[in-house]
Amino acid sequence: MSWLLVLPIAIPMATAVLALLVRKQHIMERYVSAGGGAALFVATVVLLAAVWQDGTLVGRMGNWPPPFGIVLVADLFSAVMVLIAGLTGLLIVIFALATVDVERERFAFHSFYHILLGGVCGAFLTGDVFNLYVWFEVMLISSFALIALGGEKAQLDGAVKYAAINLVSTILFLTSIGLLYGATGTLNMAELNQAVRAVENQGLIDAIAIMFLIAFGIKAAVFPLFFWLPASYHTPPVAVTAIFAALMTKVGVYALFRMFTLVFTNDLALTHTVMLVVAALTMITGVLGAAAHTDIRRILSFHIVSQIGYMVLGLALFTPLALVGGVFYLIHHIIVKANLFLIGGVIKRVAGSFDLNRLGGLYLSHPVLAVMFLIPAFSLAGFPPLSGFWAKLILIKASLDLEEYLIAGVALVVGLLTIYSMTKIWIQAFWKPLPADGAPAGPAPLSGFERVALYTPIIVMCAVTVTIGIWVEPFFVFAERAAQELIEPAGYVAAVLGGGPR
Amino acid sequence: MEVLLAVLVGWLFGAAVYLMLSRSLVRYLFGLVLISNAANLAIFASGRLTRGAPALVPDGLTAPAEVVANALPQALILTAIVIGFGLLAFAFVLAYRAHDELGTVDTDAMRVAEPIAEEKPVPAASGRETAV
Repeated sequence: MSWLLVLPIAIPMATAVLALLVRKQHIMERYVSAGGGAALFVATVVLLAAVWQDGTLVGRMGNWPPPFGIVLVADLFSAVMVLIAGLTGLLIVIFALATVDVERERFAFHSFYHILLGGVCGAFLTGDVFNLYVWFEVMLISSFALIALGGEKAQLDGAVKYAAINLVSTILFLTSIGLLYGATGTLNMAELNQAVRAVENQGLIDAIAIMFLIAFGIKAAVFPLFFWLPASYHTPPVAVTAIFAALMTKVGVYALFRMFTLVFTNDLALTHTVMLVVAALTMITGVLGAAAHTDIRRILSFHIVSQIGYMVLGLALFTPLALVGGVFYLIHHIIVKANLFLIGGVIKRVAGSFDLNRLGGLYLSHPVLAVMFLIPAFSLAGFPPLSGFWAKLILIKASLDLEEYLIAGVALVVGLLTIYSMTKIWIQAFWKPLPADGAPAGPAPLSGFERVALYTPIIVMCAVTVTIGIWVEPFFVFAERAAQELIEPAGYVAAVLGGGPR
Repeated sequence: MEVLLAVLVGWLFGAAVYLMLSRSLVRYLFGLVLISNAANLAIFASGRLTRGAPALVPDGLTAPAEVVANALPQALILTAIVIGFGLLAFAFVLAYRAHDELGTVDTDAMRVAEPIAEEKPVPAASGRETAV
């Protein structure tokens, strides 16, 4: 069955190569790219179905028995993350067809895009810490290319900051891998589960755990390591920002979830307390940062930071229910955040600006777009009956169960402030009349193709948000089972090592 | 030998962090060069140092007869060097392009993506027209 595990990595890589080969035939390249996205999505659905049916899948690369060779592992959490990556990957590539300019496409936009997807899927599927580093690099180098592609002044400015801080995180990650190997003698995550407990010098393990926390914390953009994100995410084309917002920071969150449920659970009092404080501060600073801005993309960028806090909160509380909340939040958030960025892109396309001060009257001219904005915006803020409500409900219930009233209060207040930002966009862009010095009116009306390519992804994502909200039961059951696997890693370890360590 | 390597790694990390904290992008890049090497040496040292014992399996055996050098950290470093080289090459070109376009390597002066004038109530036309 291991070919199922390889496909989500192989398909995007093959698509990238193919797209590069047909780069000169512009139309062909676009077909290849969209087709590759669709194939990836199908493969991820099949993978998730297989994991749901048969339990954790393990693929031994090169047939080396673990812990000697690299293993690819798909438990429910991995599989669902891969599925979400496949879904957003497909939807955003459709959006990109209508928005990314020909010049960028000629310089291999589609190839970089698919390498990014391959790197993300690889990071979700690997069961080896060093291999995780390699996938992080694959992802990172293609994201560097995507963020700088086009070479506008603002893009280069953003890219410098993005690259500088992410490279530091990479080095930290690499160094902590080296130290972890030195302390335990293995890099296989399943074997590490036991190996870190066998180490005599637990102080060293604590130090390594904190190094991993910082390295992944930079990737995930948590307080106080998030400053690269709002400095750079608003500079590239919206399709790029949307795929970054959906997947890049979430890979950091995924890595935190994986390492701090499977490997570093020997000193919860230290690591998970640090995470709790970090989660609270991340939520607050992110949402306050958003309140200060008037550019739609920058508001949304700060909200990524704020929402990461909720996910880390789920991990920090470390009860079964909290992990359910964390997993649920991840799933819900990827869809909602990508959707909001895409809607921002449509606003720019039809009204000519991202700046709220220069927008207005969109409710009058584009009522359908207005309704479609309300769905993810209210979901982000946590209105019932949308997906964000349930995600927040579970997390707050989990913190109340632990009598962590302060953190529950923070989560609620941040939810309120999120509504403030969302209503700000609503009032300024949709509700108020178009200001006199507004954006230069008269961008060309949408062509038929644009209409389809711009609105299809948004409608699908809105539908997913509403479905999760109204028909929450199966999603909750799913998240519960995934969280159960996370908090009791014995099943994961047994699946990889074949019954009992060594 | 381990002590020597530990001191070297520590010194490299220290020098690299000092350079990377500078506002000048060029200094940051040199810091990056140093810190990549420091990380690689740290991995090397954490794999334990064994001198003069190549990891070779003699004829007729399936495992080395005696203690040999650990080959895994070396493989890891090899991978990390290749990746680091690619990233470094990109970082240098990016810095060069940034200098070309923005006319500075002082990171404090790089304010195109985050203009300072934003708190003004009346928005100045920013001229930031980017493709969607």
